[in-house]
Amino acid sequence: MFAYILKRILYAIPILIGVNLITFMLFFMVNTPDDMARAQLGAKQVTPQMIEAWKADKGYDKALFLNKEAKGLEKVTDTLFVQESMKLFSFDFGYSDANRNIGAEIKERMGPSLAIALPTFMIALITNISLALLLVLFRGSALDTSMMIVAVMIMSVSGLFYIIAGQVLFSKMWHWVPISGYEPGWGGIKFIILPILIGVFAGIGSGVRWYRSIFLEQINQDYVRTARAKGLSELKVLFVHVLRNGMLPILTGVVVVIPTLFMGSLIMESFFGIPGLGSYTIDAINSQDFAIVKAMVFLGSVLYIIGLILTDISYTLFDPRVKL
Amino acid sequence: MIMLTLLWTDIMVWILIFALIAWGWVISRSPQVKKQWHTIFKSSIAMASATVLLFYLFFTLLDSVHLRLAKTSPGQNTEQQYSEMLSLLDIIFSHNIKNTERTYSAPFATHEYVKSIVIDENGLTTQKHLPLKYVSKDDDLLSKSIVALAVGFVLSLFLILIHLFWRKGRGAFVAMKKVLKGEADLPWRTAYLTLTFLVMTFTWLYILSYSYHVLGTDKVGGDVLYHSLKSIRTGVLIGILTTLIMLPVAVILGVSAGLFGGWVDDVIQYLYTTLSSIPGVLLIAAGVLVMQVTMDNNPTWFETTLERSDLRLLFLIVILGVTSWTGLARLLRAETLKISQIEFVTAAKAFGVGKWTIIRRHIIPNLMHIILISVVLDFSGLVLAEAVLSYVGVGVDPTMHSWGNMINQARLEMAREPMVWWSLFSAFIFMFILVLAANLFSDRIQKVLDPRNDT
Amino acid sequence: MSPLLSVKDLSLRVGEESLLSSVNFEIHESEIFALVGESGSGKSLTSLAIMRLLPDAISVSSGDIRFKNRSLFALPESQMQKVRGRSIAMIFQEPMSALNPVMRVGEQVAEAIRVHLDIKKEEIKDKVISLFEEVALKEPEERYNWYPHQLSGGQKQRVMIAIALACEPDLLIADEPTTALDVTIQAQVLTLLKKIREKRKLSILFITHDMAIVGQMADRVAVMRNGEIVEQAACETFFTHPKHPYTQMLLRDAIFQKEKEEMSKASEPLLVVKNLKVYFPIKKGLFQRTVGYVKAVDGVTLSIGKGKTLALVGESGSGKSTIGQAILSLVDITEGRVIFEDQNLAHLAQRALKPYRQKIQVVFQDPFSALNPRMTIGNIILEGMVSLGIGPKEKTLQDSYIKEILLKVELEAEHMHRYPHEFSGGQRQRIGIARALAVKPELIICDEPTSALDVSVRSQVLHLLQKLQRESGVSYLFITHDLSIVPMIADEVAVMKEGKIVEQGLVEDVMGNPQHSYTQQLLEAAPKLPNLGLTPEDVYNTKE
Repeated sequence: MFAYILKRILYAIPILIGVNLITFMLFFMVNTPDDMARAQLGAKQVTPQMIEAWKADKGYDKALFLNKEAKGLEKVTDTLFVQESMKLFSFDFGYSDANRNIGAEIKERMGPSLAIALPTFMIALITNISLALLLVLFRGSALDTSMMIVAVMIMSVSGLFYIIAGQVLFSKMWHWVPISGYEPGWGGIKFIILPILIGVFAGIGSGVRWYRSIFLEQINQDYVRTARAKGLSELKVLFVHVLRNGMLPILTGVVVVIPTLFMGSLIMESFFGIPGLGSYTIDAINSQDFAIVKAMVFLGSVLYIIGLILTDISYTLFDPRVKL
Repeated sequence: MIMLTLLWTDIMVWILIFALIAWGWVISRSPQVKKQWHTIFKSSIAMASATVLLFYLFFTLLDSVHLRLAKTSPGQNTEQQYSEMLSLLDIIFSHNIKNTERTYSAPFATHEYVKSIVIDENGLTTQKHLPLKYVSKDDDLLSKSIVALAVGFVLSLFLILIHLFWRKGRGAFVAMKKVLKGEADLPWRTAYLTLTFLVMTFTWLYILSYSYHVLGTDKVGGDVLYHSLKSIRTGVLIGILTTLIMLPVAVILGVSAGLFGGWVDDVIQYLYTTLSSIPGVLLIAAGVLVMQVTMDNNPTWFETTLERSDLRLLFLIVILGVTSWTGLARLLRAETLKISQIEFVTAAKAFGVGKWTIIRRHIIPNLMHIILISVVLDFSGLVLAEAVLSYVGVGVDPTMHSWGNMINQARLEMAREPMVWWSLFSAFIFMFILVLAANLFSDRIQKVLDPRNDT
Repeated sequence: MSPLLSVKDLSLRVGEESLLSSVNFEIHESEIFALVGESGSGKSLTSLAIMRLLPDAISVSSGDIRFKNRSLFALPESQMQKVRGRSIAMIFQEPMSALNPVMRVGEQVAEAIRVHLDIKKEEIKDKVISLFEEVALKEPEERYNWYPHQLSGGQKQRVMIAIALACEPDLLIADEPTTALDVTIQAQVLTLLKKIREKRKLSILFITHDMAIVGQMADRVAVMRNGEIVEQAACETFFTHPKHPYTQMLLRDAIFQKEKEEMSKASEPLLVVKNLKVYFPIKKGLFQRTVGYVKAVDGVTLSIGKGKTLALVGESGSGKSTIGQAILSLVDITEGRVIFEDQNLAHLAQRALKPYRQKIQVVFQDPFSALNPRMTIGNIILEGMVSLGIGPKEKTLQDSYIKEILLKVELEAEHMHRYPHEFSGGQRQRIGIARALAVKPELIICDEPTSALDVSVRSQVLHLLQKLQRESGVSYLFITHDLSIVPMIADEVAVMKEGKIVEQGLVEDVMGNPQHSYTQQLLEAAPKLPNLGLTPEDVYNTKE
């Protein structure tokens, strides 16, 4: 088990280097340090000296990939790419344009993001699976067909509509919950309840369809017939046999998402004024703050790769056929 | 004088259309595939959704032919002066472009939505709703509607007859009877009913748009109906051109990874794991940010704002294409692996058939259903994504007509009491109909083409 | 005495199509009743109807099933659940997929007990273990915690039987319980079922397509065809005096007669395989190091004479198919030589190999996956011709060439414009043969070409292969697990076990007087038709 995890972590390193390469190319080759200096200094009259000074100040005065002046191995290591990558690998995200420590801000904003994302994820998982099981139990009935049509309709509506409609109905017209804002602790429930419910509802269409198709695929398997031949009731067949085998494809789709919950939801947080990582990212994109975007890209990839590793581990726990 | 000027995206749209026609021709030569499509269209839901999709496509094409009209300026004969670029849709709706009001007005309203301060002859300042400039005062809504609906009905009847003659020639009237009784081989009745409904609704809106702002006006007085119709092109383009870019990449990489194995497989797997590990929106955002900077640095690439926003749309489509091939490539790799183990591929190898022929003859035809299903599914996803991306600020150019931009602008007015709802409403409805049609159609394709549903 | 189970006038249909029409039979206490028929005859549907486990689309249009004088169709579903597993139990054909892959096998047996019997928790496990002992699973206590994938096919089928026996049912329905198993394992499972019947006095409804198994197991037999029972009889009279022409044909086809002229003695060898080894590396650990090899083929030497047939016999996993693929250069050869007309084909480059691809062709086992579903029959046959440059180049001449080939394999000329899914299994196998024939090969490797086919179709395909050999003098390497067909098609036979050939020689010698214990074991295990007295060896003994 330990060796396996170690192996997976080793596999992750080249992927992270690749991610760094992509972000580096986007931010340093297309948008060179010179461009950044000009944009940052802002003044009309930017002399080459000022640019050089800015680059030296920020540490951007090295060669991109190959330092011809250095000796030996340093030809490759003493470059901007390695320097920037090493910073990211040690989770040193540097400072934003507003001169705030990005690492500290990320830590601060993770909490609110999770406060929305985690309950949404959990409630959605449980509702979608239970609804899907219900439909599978009544498969082929009028309930099943009409619910499937409703599901297609739910998933054909833009997510923005649910947010706007929810805010108008529950906050503006009925005044059940405040329209936006955030507060840590139990007092904050009134702020997060609407975004959570909207998040769950918006995903219910595609979610139920997906789980239903997984369960339907299982229900035609031979072992289900065996279970029925044993004299098990349809409910037992569904909960003991179908659900347990359906868990495997569900795990592949679900576990990988869990770590990325930290990243929050861009739209939801920005509509409801939640000070999480999602709204942080949106603000950074709107103000073109490259340092923050870069940090979030790296963080997102790390979390995704952790998700992949967790998926593999969860497989070994749930599927006896997979051995380490 | 009229000069045809095509934007980059126009050219791509027409290439795509010709490619589709060519593909249709290839399909029509294989009786097996033809039969499959016949089965797909046997469902009336599929027929109705296809009609709706074609209706949207029609507006996209109408909006993808750009012209410059000659300005007739007396005295200056030396050089032809051209007006701004206009699409066919712009020309049809030129009255709506010209008749811009001052500010918000509700659908079919005669007065502005907001009160303005007016100083009357007596020098008194009052607050009142000013009348709209371009709305006819003799509001005889009912009789105009009846006329419009009648025109719409005749028009759709005409279209249906043309279609029947094209299909059956002289037997058109006999075929018509069959269709009406619902005895035709395909549910044409549903298609014709959908068409009639769409055409009648549209002619009604169009004829009334001369006397009213049927869907209201936005903050700067622009006609919402016109905005919504212009947005069709943006949505449809993002939906289909992205797949056009993504498809060859996904197919080539997915199939080669599955078939060649070894280091090719390793490299391709590494590529898509790396790309898909970056959160999608962030990758798109990063790409768009870089694109913005690049475009700011190269102002010579475009002359007009229209060309600028068009170029931005093109880049956005490319970025979306580059970031979205991974999912399909992964699917195709797995399926290719499976197919290459099947005995008919082994048989081809035993005949010494080359690798490329095996790919072309044995693998691609057996992957078609996956490709098709994912293209149609991606389409609806991309149409919805456009709105979200515009909201995040990495979508199409803010000056471009798009549902995302409409929603984004209207959102800022949410706090207004009572609400300005019509912009949002129109954008969501136009989007919903398109996405619903695409989803229903993809459901049907999946049901017919997926071999797992063969039982 | 009233029968245990009586099926009366049972008719099933899906939509407008009739699947079963008035099926009538009775099963008495401690009787083995065999329902025999070819695929699609409705025998499995009948068994599912008894259990009321038919797919939703299929409906009962008439008839009744009475079990212990109670109508099963009249029971509410909750009552029926008490019958299933408790009074009537069932085992299925595919042990691989019939067990829940993520549940311990002991638990799967315990579950059946828990549903029906009121037994204390602690005692359930003991009962499961004693059931495992009864079905002769070794180390039953340890096996309790195993998962299905850790068991072999035969062991899985034993677990299935344990589940079925758990609640001491009165009737056991066995739906082709040994079809997916190797001969030796099949013999063991059949013996086990008979023993259980003796011990528990239960009745068995035995569903099979194999006449020899019927003879070995059944007390009474019913033959089904197209959803109807055409003949019903006691076992002895059934075999000695079959009445219905269809039954007579089935029995005749089960014993495939060789139509061979006097054997010309050894001809010169066409293909010689010398000390062939095919190893697949096992990779493990952090850096995918090769830690060992699966020795699929481990030093095999054989030769096939011109115009002769060599049968390669072995159980699943013995490496017999790998030899075929190695001769076709479809797998990498680790060591050894494959000599065809003085040329060693091992390690030959693709280009240099091409002329030999024409001379060595292949026919596959599964008629459904061997043909590309997206190509017409004409194009399927044409592909190899074009690739290898055989036959005419002009379109109309090509068409007539293909038509000629189709007629040769007893298909019709206009079939060339159709697609594979329009054909039955046997027809598809003919198309596969036509595809190989089109390039005029000298050797055809037949990889289990008849194992997916019904008996009557099987004999037609074998006859066709023989006819083609007589006409064109082509040689066959006939890979099979079915000993019963070997004497009728082959001149020589090689018996394989675990990658090695344990015995080879002329068919008469090996089958008539086996030397190696494994060959003896195989021959012993193969089910034999009763009374007709014609086992594979007998065919030869009577001739000599």
